[in-house]
Amino acid sequence: MSTGISVSALGARPATAVRGVSIEIGGIPILLRSDDADFCRMLERRYAGFVNPNATPACEFEIDLQEPAEPSDEDAHVSRDGKTWFFRRGDFRAEWDMETRRGRVRQTPNPYSIDTVLRIVHSLVLAEEDGFLLHAASAVRSGQAYLFSGVSGAGKTTISRLAPSGVAVLTDEVSYVRKRPCGYRAYGTPFAGELARVGENLSAPFGAVFFLEKGPVNRIEPISDAVAVRALLRNTLFFSHDEQLVRRVFDSACEFVSRVATARLIFKPDVSVWRLIG
Amino acid sequence: MSEKYIARSSAVASRVLDGEIVIMSALDSTLFSLSEVATMIWQSADGLTPLSEIVQQRICAEFNVTPDTAYQDAEAFVEDLARHGILRVSSRPIPENGSGNRADS
Repeated sequence: MSTGISVSALGARPATAVRGVSIEIGGIPILLRSDDADFCRMLERRYAGFVNPNATPACEFEIDLQEPAEPSDEDAHVSRDGKTWFFRRGDFRAEWDMETRRGRVRQTPNPYSIDTVLRIVHSLVLAEEDGFLLHAASAVRSGQAYLFSGVSGAGKTTISRLAPSGVAVLTDEVSYVRKRPCGYRAYGTPFAGELARVGENLSAPFGAVFFLEKGPVNRIEPISDAVAVRALLRNTLFFSHDEQLVRRVFDSACEFVSRVATARLIFKPDVSVWRLIG
Repeated sequence: MSEKYIARSSAVASRVLDGEIVIMSALDSTLFSLSEVATMIWQSADGLTPLSEIVQQRICAEFNVTPDTAYQDAEAFVEDLARHGILRVSSRPIPENGSGNRADS
């Protein structure tokens, strides 16, 4: 399968300096190269707090901008052929070589295409090291990270909005779970939901994972590991149905649940819920 | 009645946690929850034991149910999982590596 763009062409970069923005999420810097100054400025604004020009990139993408077109609301299609991943949606086409860690994106000059590409690449990189991206809010209180997962409407944005002072919101939309030698850590992401605010760029070890449910009184209920794994996997970002990848993420979710405290958090939408957390 | 053999698909990730089984299709990441009886059938799906024997020796021995009713329910269950691509059903034994006799579904 081919998107009609060549990853190998990356080796033949022109001698003139190519602009680029290095966006570091979860401690994984991805360099986005583009010779369009306006586009680079847009990236710097959008990912403010996550731009790290001094980082050695873990992955690089060459971005070819095309004429503006209508944004696409279809799902991104992600597939793999050998060591090359292909991502496409109406508004972009990309390929990424897992071995060289280099890729190319052809997109219109909008912020949404590259945002989706970043989510996909991070989900693939994380899967290699037993981590994952999750539809969840997360926040740090007293040095511990708390993750709040749930379907749309479960209260991810609400709980983030209610966070009292002293709580750093990592994200209200897409949580970043990375396995480190010392255990699992949650990282802030610039992927914002209804709160429309990028998360704090910091990380912390996990205190607990809560699966959200709105109710008349605040309470925490224990759940079995099986229920927790199912709830986690239901909210995991699977961009691809690649068999190997799905298996890997499944195993990662099982291991994560065996090492991190999980519970159901039934809450009424006011600030009192935070008395139960941390 | 023709005999049925059942084997778990290779395109499945599964794990038993606290006695509960969690199954995910590696084809489309669909999650499956199984009842106690269904879990028993799933765990017995070695490709070599006929479904009738699984029903007789595991289900009927454990639950107060007639063999005919249990078999009908088991048959419906395995066909359902086969439709989702997570169980293979054949009229002949299914070797572990999937070679030899081809599964019907």
